[in-house]
This record gives sequence, C-alpha cells and structure tokens, in this order.
Amino acid sequence: MYLFVVEFPTPSVPLRGPCLPQQKRLQKELMSLLKEPPAGVTVDVDTAHTKLTEWVVHMEGAAGTLYEGEKFQLQFKFSPKYPFDSPEVIFVGDNIPVHPHIYSNGHICLSILTEDWSPALSVQAICLSIISMLSSCKEKKRPPDNSYYVKTCSANPKKTKWWYHDDTV
Amino acid sequence: MNSDEEYLYDCDSGNESSGDDVGLEFDIDGEAGSGGTKYKDMEDYPYEVLSTEDITRHMIECIKEVNGVVNIPVTTTRILLNHFKWDKEKLMERFYDGDQEKLFLEAHVVSPYKTPKAQKPLVKNSNGMEECEICFLNMPSAMMTGIECGHRFCTNCWTEYLTTKIIDEGMGQTISCAAHLCSILVDDQTVMRLITDAKVKLKYQHLITKSFVECNRLLRWCPYPDCNYAIKVQYPDARPVMCKCRKVFCFNCGENWHDPVKCHLLKRWIKKCDDDSETSNWIAANTKECPKCKVTIEKDGGCNHMVCKNQSCKADFCWVCLGPWEPHGSSWYSCNRYDEDEAKQARDAQEKSRAALQRYLFYCNRYMNHMQSLKFENKLYAAVKEKMEEMQQHNMSWIEVQFLKKAVDILCDCRQTLMYTYVFAYYLRKNNQSVIFEDNQKDVESATETLSEYLERDITQENLADIKQKVQDKYRYCDQRRRKLLEHVHEGYEKDWWEYTEL
Ligand SMILES: [Zn+2]
Ligand SMILES: [Zn+2]
Ligand SMILES: [Zn+2]
Ligand SMILES: [Zn+2]
Ligand SMILES: [Zn+2]
Ligand SMILES: [Zn+2]
Repeated sequence: MYLFVVEFPTPSVPLRGPCLPQQKRLQKELMSLLKEPPAGVTVDVDTAHTKLTEWVVHMEGAAGTLYEGEKFQLQFKFSPKYPFDSPEVIFVGDNIPVHPHIYSNGHICLSILTEDWSPALSVQAICLSIISMLSSCKEKKRPPDNSYYVKTCSANPKKTKWWYHDDTV
Repeated sequence: MNSDEEYLYDCDSGNESSGDDVGLEFDIDGEAGSGGTKYKDMEDYPYEVLSTEDITRHMIECIKEVNGVVNIPVTTTRILLNHFKWDKEKLMERFYDGDQEKLFLEAHVVSPYKTPKAQKPLVKNSNGMEECEICFLNMPSAMMTGIECGHRFCTNCWTEYLTTKIIDEGMGQTISCAAHLCSILVDDQTVMRLITDAKVKLKYQHLITKSFVECNRLLRWCPYPDCNYAIKVQYPDARPVMCKCRKVFCFNCGENWHDPVKCHLLKRWIKKCDDDSETSNWIAANTKECPKCKVTIEKDGGCNHMVCKNQSCKADFCWVCLGPWEPHGSSWYSCNRYDEDEAKQARDAQEKSRAALQRYLFYCNRYMNHMQSLKFENKLYAAVKEKMEEMQQHNMSWIEVQFLKKAVDILCDCRQTLMYTYVFAYYLRKNNQSVIFEDNQKDVESATETLSEYLERDITQENLADIKQKVQDKYRYCDQRRRKLLEHVHEGYEKDWWEYTEL
C-alpha cells in the first residue's frame, strides 16, 4: 500500500477550482493519512480523488484483539461546514464489526462524532478512537437496542440523539 | 454597540423606556384600574416588569454587586454567576466557604488567581509562524488568538467556530473552548471581540439574556407570544402578575392565573387535555375493527353476536374472539371459545374505562365552555362599549353607564375562576367540604350565566333603571360569591381539607 503513495507523490490531486480553507484542510489531512497512516488504516485514494468530501477508509482488526484478521470499511462524509461540523462516519460494506457500540447498519455510538466533536480533531483522531474502541472490546455483541434502532433511525447517524454508554465497554 | 468591551453596558439606547404604556390597554375609558377588583393578591406581591434593556441592566448590576465584594475579573464573575443560576448568595457562600479551585473547575473557568498559562504556540516555525490546528495553515502570531486555558487558534477559525455554536447550535453562555477535551468556557467579552457579524452578535446577546432569565428563579418571561418583557419578583411564588402587555399569569408556572387550582394539578390537567390519551384509551378499549371490512365498530349491547353495520359487509362475528359467528352455534349470548370469566372481566374493564371517560368529559366540557367564552372577552368589551356610547347619546352621563363595563370585568373574572374550579373539581375526592365547594361553584355558575344574559338584553330609556339595578345587584352577587368560593378553597388548603383522586 505504501507504493500507492509513491505512485501519487502529490496527493493534492483533488485540487479543482478555488482553494477554500476547508479544501486545504482536507487535502492536508488526506496527505498526512497517506504518508503516515496509523497502523491498520488505509485511505482509499480513488474515492477521495473523485470527491474530496467523501472518503472510504479501510481498517484492519488489530492483532491480539477480538477483531484480528477482519477487514472493515469506514465511510466519511464532510459537510461544507467541516471541521466546525463533525463528519458523518459509518461502517459500510459487508463486514460491520460486531461491537456493543456499533449497530448492524454501521452507525457508531461514539461521542466525539457528535456532541464531543472539536474542530481540532481530525480523521486520524477518529480512526484512532475507533481502533481503540474495537481493541478494548471484551465480548462481540450488538447494542441491546440494535433491532429497534436499526428499524427506526435516520439514515444519517448525526440525526440520532445518542445516549452515550460507559466508554470502557 | 460601539465598543465590544462595553456592549453590555450599552443599555440606555433602548426605546422602550419606562412609563406606563396605556396604549395597549383595552380599557374603555381612562378609568384606570376600574376593574381594580381583578387581582387583589397583586397588592401584596411586589414585582417589576422588565424590558430587554432592563434585563441587561439588571444582569450587569448582579455582576457588579458580586464584583464589589469579590475581586475577580468581570468575565469570570459572569460565568460563576451563571453556574449558580444567578443566585448571588449561593455563589458568595461557595466562594468563601468552599474550595475555590474546585469551584472554578466545576464552573469551567480558569482560576483568576493562577498565573496565566504561557500561551505557548504549539508549532512555531523558524519564520515566526504558528500552525493553526483547525485550518492547518501557518499564520503569523498576530493572527492567532488564545483564551485563558492557553489554547490558540487562528482568529478566523475562532470566529467560524463561535458562529457555528451560536447560529447552528443556539449556544450562548456555555460555549466551550474549541480544543478537544477542553471544557473551559469562552467568556462573553472574548466572544464579542471575535465575532464581527452584527447579526451573530445580536443573536449571542439574545441567547445570553434568554439564559439569564430562564435560569434565574426571580425572573420569568411573559408567556404572551412575541412579548419581550420579563417579570422580576422578590421571592418566587404561585401568584398572579401582570405584564405591560396586560397578560396576567402565574409567576410560578407561567400559565394564565388559575386560582383556585394549584400549579401542579393544572399542569397535569393540561397534559391530559393535550395528549387526549383518555379518548384514545377509550377507543382502544371499547371499539374493535370488523374482522372482514376493518370498519371501526362500537359495541352497544350485551350480546356478543355482532353484525357489521357496514351495509356492503354485514359480517357475522363474535365480539369476544372476533371469529366468525357460525361455529358458536346456538349459544347466542356467550362465546363458547372463550373462558366466560375472562370475557366478563374484559367487559367490566370496559365499563370502568367508559365511566372514567365520561367523568373526564363532564369536567372538560365545562372547562372548555368557560374558556371558549373568555376568548370572546374582547368582543364583549367592544359590544358593551358601543352600547355605552349609544346610551350617552340618550341623555345618560358617562358615570351612569359605567356599570356595564364593571359588569363585564366581573363576568370575565367569574368565568376564569369557574374554568379552573373544574380542573380542581376533577381531581377532588368527595368529602363534606367538597360538597360545600360544589355548591359554591354551582351558585357562582348560575349567577354568572344570569349576568351574562342580562348583558345581552336591549337597554332602552324605559327599562334602564330597572336593568341597571338588576345588573348591579347581579354583579355584586357574582363577585361576592366568587370571592367566597376562592376563600373557601384557600381555607381548605390551609386546613388540609382537600383530598385528591389521582395523586
Ligand atoms: Zn485556523
Ligand atoms: Zn482550551
Ligand atoms: Zn407581556
Ligand atoms: Zn401556576
Ligand atoms: Zn364489516
Ligand atoms: Zn367467540
């Protein structure tokens, strides 16, 4: 995967039109994720290329955890107000991690994605937070209200009034 | 607002200066307070009506008062006061008796006694540029702004951040630092300095005033739509207060003045009326759908053999099991597929819920009826005013016709009281005193209806003396009986006579 970076030495490629502060920040974030990604994290360059405001991030379950060997995909959507508005982050694809804070539709119950979001956080910080959430899991199970939530929730997890549980689970 | 630092002190520019705005009254003539009977309680319950400017001034006074004693920055005082819901005494008590550092921590404010944290730029390049952690741009240090906690971001990002919090999230007093996990609140002077858009500034000031009034137990906004006055009392209580817009409401709960019923029962009643759950419960318990055509049916007899009234359906079925009637054979009065006891229990439950509903509807109808009549209050005043003008043209003096206005005042008072007596009565459990109460209520009610009738009669030169006498006698009686009724209920509160049904 590192070869990718070599092939695209200037990931500021999605530069089109006037360079807004938001674009600049997203480009910098993308570049740093490509250069020095956290262990087990890879940005899908192709998707980020076509649309700077929608990324797919591949994630691998860390060794020695319940998710070792599993592969997941996270989808990031950035509104025009990013980074003042938090990105919309969900798991997509056919393998949604079975975890007490992750619903089977890919929605994640993580406070930094909504009320504890700070514009000083980043995609990298979110990825690290999700990795640590997965790594500290002691039992693979869905949230207790999974079937009800999945049936009734909005497609956008940011519209959910989350009730944050104990973060140590 | 010329200077940001002084924005809160700039409160004399208001055009809503004090003075009684008589213009809003629908008093027919200048006879101010002729309905002086209206809320006698008001006299011994001192309060003030505050305009937005008064509120701001009052807020500053509170801060100054504390600052006269405690030597800390004004911005810190404001955050601390807000933390204590603007209760100065509580703040002083905690300030002098408790652990101050802990207090600052709880209120999310940096201790003013700590030497300010060196606002060390997080990334300082050789060329004297700093990187803003939000926009990732390199900025000259002059473009960076830090707050008490030491976190620094570029001025543009701060402005954008604060604007998002104010406009999108409606936050005022409680905006915290933009750094992750930093809960230090951004003080109002910093916000006003960093925000440049006048619209955003205004919204911020509104939010600050709003939270000041809402968390202050001695203040309450007038509930009248779009009215921007607030009432300030010396101690909170369930008492009637009158806004400059003439709205009279209960200071404790913000509803229309509702003597004799207590705030908590009124709240429960309003909720009951609002969600209309009673009616839907009844429908759920007493109606079923035809198993064939799905039309809603209500059972009206004791027999379980139902025939759908929908002419194009006419299905034959059993009320108890909703199965087709045929297999029930010749046992026309019972369902042979269902345990008889169970069916009977279901019927009893239905009876009970129907009785409860009918009781509720009885009180609700009377309550609504008075409420409806009160809604025409303005119309009634207008009609009476017209009548009075007409009479004055027929050689009657202004003073001679005033009795009509007085009659309407009393009529409205009576309706309002009666309306709330039905809420009180709904929750009242029957005992000797409740019987007396109901007699009083009946008495006021019938006198009120008679008074109302008199006011609708045509008044001519010939019958004037007679009508006037009758109206005056009747309104005096109504007023006296209304007071008697209220006194009796109040006495009952003091002597613990009242027992409630659903508590
Ligand atoms: Zn910035
Ligand atoms: Zn901070
Ligand atoms: Zn008002
Ligand atoms: Zn009240
Ligand atoms: Zn039918
Ligand atoms: Zn049956």
